[in-house]
Amino acid sequence: MQTFFSIAIDAFAYGMVLFVISIGLSITMGLMRVVNLAHGAFAMIGGYIASFAAQDLGLGYAAAVLLAVFGTVVISIPIERLLYRRIYGAPELTQVLMTIGITFCIIGIANYVFGPTLKTVPLPPALQGSADLGFRSIAVHRLFAIVCGLAVAGALWYAIEKTAFGVKLRASVDNAAMAAALGVRTEIIYAVSFAVAVGLAAFGGVLGAELLPVEPYYALRYMVTFLVVVSVGGAGSIPGALLACLVLGGIDTTGRYLMPEFGEFFFYLAVIAIICIFPRGLAGRAR
Amino acid sequence: MNTETVATTARQNRTIGRDLIGIGAIIAAAAIGYLLFPDNLALLTRIIAIALLVLSLDLVTGYCGVATLGHAALFGSGAYAAGIAAAHYGITDPLLMTLAGILCGAIAGLVCGLIILRAHGLPQLVLSISLIYLFHEFANKASSWTGGSDGLSGISPDPLFGRFEFDLWGQTAYVFGVVLLLAVFILLRFLVRSPFGMLCRGIKEDPLRIMAMGASPKIALIKMYVISGAVAGVGGALNAISTQVVGLDSLSFTQSAESLVMLVLGGTGSLFGALTGTVVFMLFEDYVSAANPFHWLTMVGALLIAVVLFAPKGLYGTAAAFVTGRLEKRT
Repeated sequence: MQTFFSIAIDAFAYGMVLFVISIGLSITMGLMRVVNLAHGAFAMIGGYIASFAAQDLGLGYAAAVLLAVFGTVVISIPIERLLYRRIYGAPELTQVLMTIGITFCIIGIANYVFGPTLKTVPLPPALQGSADLGFRSIAVHRLFAIVCGLAVAGALWYAIEKTAFGVKLRASVDNAAMAAALGVRTEIIYAVSFAVAVGLAAFGGVLGAELLPVEPYYALRYMVTFLVVVSVGGAGSIPGALLACLVLGGIDTTGRYLMPEFGEFFFYLAVIAIICIFPRGLAGRAR
Repeated sequence: MNTETVATTARQNRTIGRDLIGIGAIIAAAAIGYLLFPDNLALLTRIIAIALLVLSLDLVTGYCGVATLGHAALFGSGAYAAGIAAAHYGITDPLLMTLAGILCGAIAGLVCGLIILRAHGLPQLVLSISLIYLFHEFANKASSWTGGSDGLSGISPDPLFGRFEFDLWGQTAYVFGVVLLLAVFILLRFLVRSPFGMLCRGIKEDPLRIMAMGASPKIALIKMYVISGAVAGVGGALNAISTQVVGLDSLSFTQSAESLVMLVLGGTGSLFGALTGTVVFMLFEDYVSAANPFHWLTMVGALLIAVVLFAPKGLYGTAAAFVTGRLEKRT
């Protein structure tokens, strides 16, 4: 029971971190049809900025998070303008090549600027230690990650389902040419959702720095996990991504606890099984 | 003889001429490599092994339009098959080891093809990535057979035909590799121009129409995957024979991604493109990582971005388009 409970909490927290990072990828992939392998690199940049702000500049945790999110968005704007603009609508192979190239560059630069060592984001005292739930105590940081994940999911759901921007976004996802013909400024929708996606990636990178340690090869190591989550959930679907994160986080964490010697064997086995049964993802729609 | 047959024979003559030029170019490049880097034949042999992997990737990606980031699974299976045959079963004849590599590569191709072809687009990519990790973890776990993360050692191939020993300088391995590459290249030229090769190109363009014509895209693609596996298996076996050790990195995601990068760098859908991309990328990587190990990843990334922006058809594709453009202008 004890083991089950700690596995469940860890899996839930891990799934939520995955969700915060990969939901942006899911939205941009559903909207712009770009296979963006550089998404993990943006999460890594967020982690690095937060670590730099907290350790070298001595800022507080909240300020470091804010700086990480805004800094990453600012870094991503020229990359989007100069490079991503040219691969919208290009064949998948071209997109893969371009985004792998961007990832390699970011890894190389991060390695040069920050060195190959692990970076940590020091937690404020309020998030350290453990909270007593009466029958069990759990790490506050895990709780914080879970709450943040749920808050992001709720806020995105509200923004997409209830606001005017969400209506335009959904229209552009369904049929960009038609939406543009009806007067939706699709390029603004694209730019805003790209910025939101990058910002969420950076936030997730900081939030998950305890679970997914920040180092130069972060971008390559976890990129696959993020892609897997998006594809299992179905590109562009928030409930799908949430479900995929919880299922895959659960499988991965359980595998690590109970059969650590098998590594990620069961994770990838599950992914293959799910995609073979649902080729469009858990919540994917037929095109 | 009417004009149409004249035109076809002329075109046939031209393609056969291009084949001969290609074979000549490979032999010339091999000889130049031998003269330029007599001390570094190991690198050249590795380039040949990877070239076989990239050729096999070109068969499924360039000719059939299947996007995969897990093609090293076929290469690594071939390498481990050749290595295990030598280290555990005492089959140390290099030709038999190559045969083991071909067989195992083809089987891995069948398995991967059956799974990867179930989806399209992003899920297809993710399936291929999951497969390569699955193969990697499996090889890591079955350490009594594969040596796990220490790598499989104890491979000592017999002299080729009982006469040419695989020496420290790697001359035998290099010549063996060049001959293998030439044989595979000639066979593949026949394959991609055969009706079957045309069918695969048709499937890449428009699978629905191929189905309407009465052919089954799925069966054709799986056949192509098996052939591709055999070619990758040759490369893997060559790698095992020449380095006499098989590491987990031959089954890695990085190896798969790099081979895709090399293919797109050279140009998809052409055997020459695959060869050009491999040679350029491997020499570039070797030179840059030796000159500046800190920045080589950045430079490789910049090279990729530059190729996408300025030579979207790949180096060979862009050069070929330029040459044909000039020729057409002249006539």
